[in-house]
Amino acid sequence: MPKSSSPVPDIPLLRTAWDYADERLGLGEVMALAAKKTVPQHKHSFWYYWGGISLFFFLVQCVTGVLLLVYYRPGPEAYESVRAITYDIEFGWLVRSAHSWSANLMVFSIFVHMFSVFFMKAYRKPREFGWWSGLGLLGLAMIFGFSGYLLPMDELAFFATKVGLEIPATMPVVGEFIGNMVRGGPDVNANTIQRFFALHVVILPALFIPLLMFHLWLVQRHGNAVPPGEEKKPASERRSIPFFPNFMAKDLAMWLLALNVLALLASLYPWQLGPEADPLAPAPVGIHPEWYFMSQFQVLKVLGEWFPGLTGEILGLAIFTGGGLLWALIPLFDTGSRFEQRARIATWIGFFALAAIAITTIWGYAALE
Amino acid sequence: MHDEAISSEQYETFDDIESTDDPLSRRGFVKLGMMLVGTAYAGAIGYPVYRYLATPVTRAAGASAVTEVALPDAQSLEAGSAMMFRFGTRPSMLIHHTDGSWACFDAVCTHLGCTVQFEPQKNRIYCACHGGVYDMKTGDAVAGPPPRGLKVYVVEVSDAEVVVSRA
Repeated sequence: MPKSSSPVPDIPLLRTAWDYADERLGLGEVMALAAKKTVPQHKHSFWYYWGGISLFFFLVQCVTGVLLLVYYRPGPEAYESVRAITYDIEFGWLVRSAHSWSANLMVFSIFVHMFSVFFMKAYRKPREFGWWSGLGLLGLAMIFGFSGYLLPMDELAFFATKVGLEIPATMPVVGEFIGNMVRGGPDVNANTIQRFFALHVVILPALFIPLLMFHLWLVQRHGNAVPPGEEKKPASERRSIPFFPNFMAKDLAMWLLALNVLALLASLYPWQLGPEADPLAPAPVGIHPEWYFMSQFQVLKVLGEWFPGLTGEILGLAIFTGGGLLWALIPLFDTGSRFEQRARIATWIGFFALAAIAITTIWGYAALE
Repeated sequence: MHDEAISSEQYETFDDIESTDDPLSRRGFVKLGMMLVGTAYAGAIGYPVYRYLATPVTRAAGASAVTEVALPDAQSLEAGSAMMFRFGTRPSMLIHHTDGSWACFDAVCTHLGCTVQFEPQKNRIYCACHGGVYDMKTGDAVAGPPPRGLKVYVVEVSDAEVVVSRA
C-alpha cells in the first residue's frame, strides 16, 4: 500500500501507528483531499477570513461557557452565583468577561461574514443552502445572546428580557400565550432564568452545532465562492493558494489576532454586573438592549411614536418579517451573474440593508442621551 | 509575498534550501520563537483557568489548615456517647467514654474514606462501608480492611469547652 502521503516523521513507532489508523480510517484520502484544496486569491480575499473568525469565537464560547457552568446556578440563586464568579472566584471575572466579549465579537463577525457573502454574491447556485444555514446560525446566535443576557439576572438583564419578550406578545391571538410560555409566568422570574438556561446550554447548542457542521460541510463541498467580477476572468488569470498549509496558516494567524483582541477587551474592559434585579424597582433610565438588537429596538420605538398603540408594533413586526424574508430569499431572486442587472439590484439591496441597520442603530444610541 | 500564484510544490522546496538541524538557521530560529510564544500563550490561558477551577480547592486547603478547634459546651457530652464536628473541613469524632476519659479521632476511614461511627454497645468504632473496625480508645485498626488506625487528636477539657488540637 502506498504510504507517501503520511504526515508523520519517519520514526518506526509513529509510522506503524499512522499505518494502523490509515488502513482503518482512510486518513490518506483526507490528506490527499486537503492537499488538493485551494483557496482563491484576489483583491477581496480578506473577507474569506470572517467565517473562520466567527467559528473561532464560537469555540471560545464553548470553552468559557463550560467554565462558567462550573459555578453558575440557574433559578433563584442566579444573581448570587454570578456575583461569586465575578468577585470571589479567582479569575472568574476574566472568564465571564471573555464569554460576554466573545459573544459580542461572534455576532459582529457573523454580520461581517454575512454581508461579505452577500456582496460577493456567494449565495448563488450551488451555494443557496450555505446562505440559508448561515442565516439560521445567525438567528440562533442572536437567541443565544438574548437568552444568555438574562442569566446573571441583574437589573439590565431583567428589563431587557422583559421588554424583549413583550415584542412577541404583541402578535395577534397567540402572542400572550407564547410570551407566558417563554417566561414561565406572566412576568420575568426565577422560572424564566431556568428556562433560558436550558435553552442557552442545551437546546441551542444541540441545534447550533449540527447546523454549523452542515454549513462547514457545504463550504468543503463547494469551495470558496469568487465574486462575479473575478468569475469573468479567464482561468489563466485567476490565482489561488493551497488550503493546506498556506491558507490555514493565514487563518490561524487571524485566529491569533482575534484571540489578542478578545484578551485585550476582556481584561481591559471587564464585563460589569449591575445590581440585582428587583421586580418592584422602576426601569433604570437609558435602558437598552444589546447592540445587535438596537436597530429593531429603535424601529419599534419610532413606529410606536408615529403609530400609537399596537399598530406601530405590528407594523414593525411586519417590516422585520418581510425584510428578513426578502433577505433570505435573495438566492432565488438573484440567480446568477449572467443577469448583470439583477446582480446590481442585489448590491443595492445589500447597501440599503446595511445602511438601514447602521442608521437605526446609531439613531437608537443617540436617542438614549 | 510575490504576486504570482504559489503552488504547494514550491513551498516544499524550502525544506531543501534550509536545514532544520542547524539551530542558527532562519527556520530554526523561527521555530524556536514560535515554540516560546506558543508556550507563553498556553501559560497565559492555562494559568487563569487553573486558578479559576482550583479556587474551591485552595479555599478548602486554607480552611483545613486549622490546628485547633474549640467546642463550646462539649464538656457536658454524656459519658458513653460521641459527637461529630468539623475539624477544618474533615468530619471528626469526640468520644466521652464511660470511664470518664475522652478521645478524639479524625472520623474518615483510612480504607476508602467513608465516615466511621461510634458503636458504644459494641465498644468499637465501625465503618459501615466495608466493615472496618477501630479501637474506640486508641483509634488503632483492629479488624477489616483499614490499613492503619484513625488519626488521633489531643483533647483538653475545661469547665466551659473542649479544645481539640493536632497531636
